[in-house]
Amino acid sequence: MQTIKLVDARDGIEIGAGIHLDVRTVGTGPRTALVLPGAERTDEDEAFLAALSAEFTVVMPSHPGFGRSPRPSWCTSVDDLAYLYLGWLERTGFTDVTLIGLQFGGWVAMEMAVRSCARLSRLVLVDSVGVKLGDPTDREIADLFAASHADLDEWIYADPAFRMGELSQAPEDAVLEMARNEEALAVYGWQPYLHNPRLSHWLWQISVPTLVAWGARDGIVAHEYGRALADRFSDARFELIEDAGHRPQVEQPEQLAKLVLAADL
Amino acid sequence: MKFWYFSECAYPYLPDEDTYDSVRVTLPNRIADPDVAARLWDRYLLEWQIADECGLDIQINEHHSTATCMNVTAPIVAGVLARETKNARILLLGNPVANRPDPVRVAEEMALVDVLSHGRLDVGFVRGVQYEISATNASPVRSTERLWEGIELITKAWTTHDGPFNWEGEFFHHRQVNIWPRPYQQPMPPVWVTAATPASIPAIADRGYRAATFLVGHKGARTLFQAYRDRCAETGAPAPGDDRFGYAALVYTGKTDEEGMEGAQKLLWYIHSNKVASQFVYPPGYMPYFARAAGLRGDFSLSPVPDLKSMSLEELMEHGVLFAGSAKSVVDQIERFNEQVGGFGHLLIMGQAGHLEHEMTVRGIRRFAEDVAPELARLTG
Repeated sequence: MQTIKLVDARDGIEIGAGIHLDVRTVGTGPRTALVLPGAERTDEDEAFLAALSAEFTVVMPSHPGFGRSPRPSWCTSVDDLAYLYLGWLERTGFTDVTLIGLQFGGWVAMEMAVRSCARLSRLVLVDSVGVKLGDPTDREIADLFAASHADLDEWIYADPAFRMGELSQAPEDAVLEMARNEEALAVYGWQPYLHNPRLSHWLWQISVPTLVAWGARDGIVAHEYGRALADRFSDARFELIEDAGHRPQVEQPEQLAKLVLAADL
Repeated sequence: MKFWYFSECAYPYLPDEDTYDSVRVTLPNRIADPDVAARLWDRYLLEWQIADECGLDIQINEHHSTATCMNVTAPIVAGVLARETKNARILLLGNPVANRPDPVRVAEEMALVDVLSHGRLDVGFVRGVQYEISATNASPVRSTERLWEGIELITKAWTTHDGPFNWEGEFFHHRQVNIWPRPYQQPMPPVWVTAATPASIPAIADRGYRAATFLVGHKGARTLFQAYRDRCAETGAPAPGDDRFGYAALVYTGKTDEEGMEGAQKLLWYIHSNKVASQFVYPPGYMPYFARAAGLRGDFSLSPVPDLKSMSLEELMEHGVLFAGSAKSVVDQIERFNEQVGGFGHLLIMGQAGHLEHEMTVRGIRRFAEDVAPELARLTG
C-alpha cells in the first residue's frame, strides 16, 4: 500500500514544540509573506507563491497533519496552530509580515491575529472559514464531510480544468494527499464545524489593515459570507475575484497576487 | 452453542433505488408512514417474543437515519423486551459508545435494563459503522480510542459501589459518577465487543470480553478468533473457550431445502438494499487515510469486509455469510463453519430482513429452534 513520505528532523523545518513541518520558501523579496494554506495539495499553490515572490520572500508551511507534515497527537486545534506559528514568527524575528490565510488557513490566520499583530503588517483572508455569522440553521460552510467528491470538485473549482475528476482515474499521489488533508480538516474542524464560536467576538482586536478576497463562484463558502466577515473588521476591504471558486489562489493566482501586492503598497 | 435471534427492524417500503443516493443518512423520513412503522414495530417485537417462547436468546442493535434499521435507541427496545420476554437473554450489540457523548448515561441505561430483566442482559459495545457518525455529530477521528475510554468508564461505573468517583479522561469528563441502580448481575453483565480486523482483538482478549463479528465469512471469522486465541497464549491468559466468540450470519431454515432457499432469497434484501453514498462510507479519519484513499479510488483490497453485494446466494453460503436450507442442511453448514473457524459459541441469527413477512419469519424461527438448535447444541456442546 502506498503512503505519503512525511518530513522529519532531517528535511523538515522545526517550527517549535519539537514539530517539523514541510515548508516551502520562494523568492528573495525584501518583505515577508507567510502563507497559510487550506486543504489544497501543496503543488496547487505553486503559481500563487511564484506570483508573490517578485515582492516577497514567501514562506508556506504545510500545517501539522496536512501534506507531508507530521502531526503530534496532541495537536488537534486551530489554537495549537496559532500558537505554533506565532512562536515561530517570534523566534525567526520576522517583522512586518503579510499574513495570508487561504480557506482553512484563513481561520488559523485570524486566530493568530486576535492574539497578536505585533509582527504583522497586513492580513489577507481568502475564502476563509473560521467564524459563525448566521443562525443555527444557516449552513454557511458546505458540509465537506457529507458531500460527494463530484460535488466538492464542482463547489471548489469554477473551472473544470482544475478539478481532480473521477478518483479512480486520478494520480494516486494526489488522492493520497487529498485524503490526508481531509483527515486533518476533520481533526481540526469537525465540531464546531470549521469555526470557533468565540472568534467573532475578538475580531476587533485585529489592528492591521485586512484584505478579504473571495472567489465569486465559491460553492463552499459563498461570497456573501465573505462580505459579512469583512464587516466585522475595523479596517477591512472586500474584493471579489471573478472566475474563481473556493480556491482563487489556484484558479486566479496572478489576480489574487496583484490584490495582495496592491493592498501591501 | 447459544443462538440469538436478531432483526434490524427495517422499514422496507422504499421508492425505486434510482431515486435516492443513499439509504443511510440522507433518505428523507417522509417516506416512513408513522402508522406503517408502528405496525412493523408490533410485529418485530412479537417475533422476538416468539423467539423467546421457542427457547432462543435474542439480540438487538441500533442504527440511525436509515430505512434499514428503525431501532434507533436499542436501550429503549431492550427495556421493552426485558418485560415482554420471559427467559431469553437479551444481547444489546451494541451500544455505539464512540458516538455517545455520555458513557455514564449508557452505564445507567444498561444497569436499568439489567434490573428490569432480572439479570438477563448481555451488553455489547461497538465503535459503530461509519454511517452512524452523523446521528450525534461524532468525529470519525480516533473513534476506537473513544470507544475504549467509554468502556472503561462504563465498567467502572457498574463496579464502583462506595460513592462517587472522578473521571477526567481524554474524551470524557465526569466529577461525580455514582449510578443508581447498579446492575442486577454482579459484578457486571457479560460484555461483548465487535471486531472486524485482528488489530481490534488484543484489547478485547486482554479483558476477557466476548468478541463478535458480522458477516465476514469463515475466513474472516477464523482470523479474528485465532487472533484472540493467539493473544491469550501470548499473554499467558487461560485458553479462551468457544463461548468467547460470536458470529452473525443470515439464517433461514425451511421445511425443505427449497423453502429454506426461498427464505434466504428474501434475507438478501439486507445486503442489496444497503445503498450508501461514498461520502458516508469513507468519512475522513474513520480509517487510515491511505486505506480511505484506496477505497475512494475503487481499490477495495484493504477492506476487512468482503464485497457481499457482488456474491451470489451460493457464494454467500460457501463463504459462511448465509446458512439456509432444510434443518439438516443448516445444521451441516453451521457445523462445517464451526470447524472452519476453530469453534465458536454464539450464533447471531439474522433471521428477518426486508420483505420476509411475519408468518414466514416465524416459521423460520420455530424450525430453527425445534430442529436446528438442539442438534447443534448436541454436536458442539
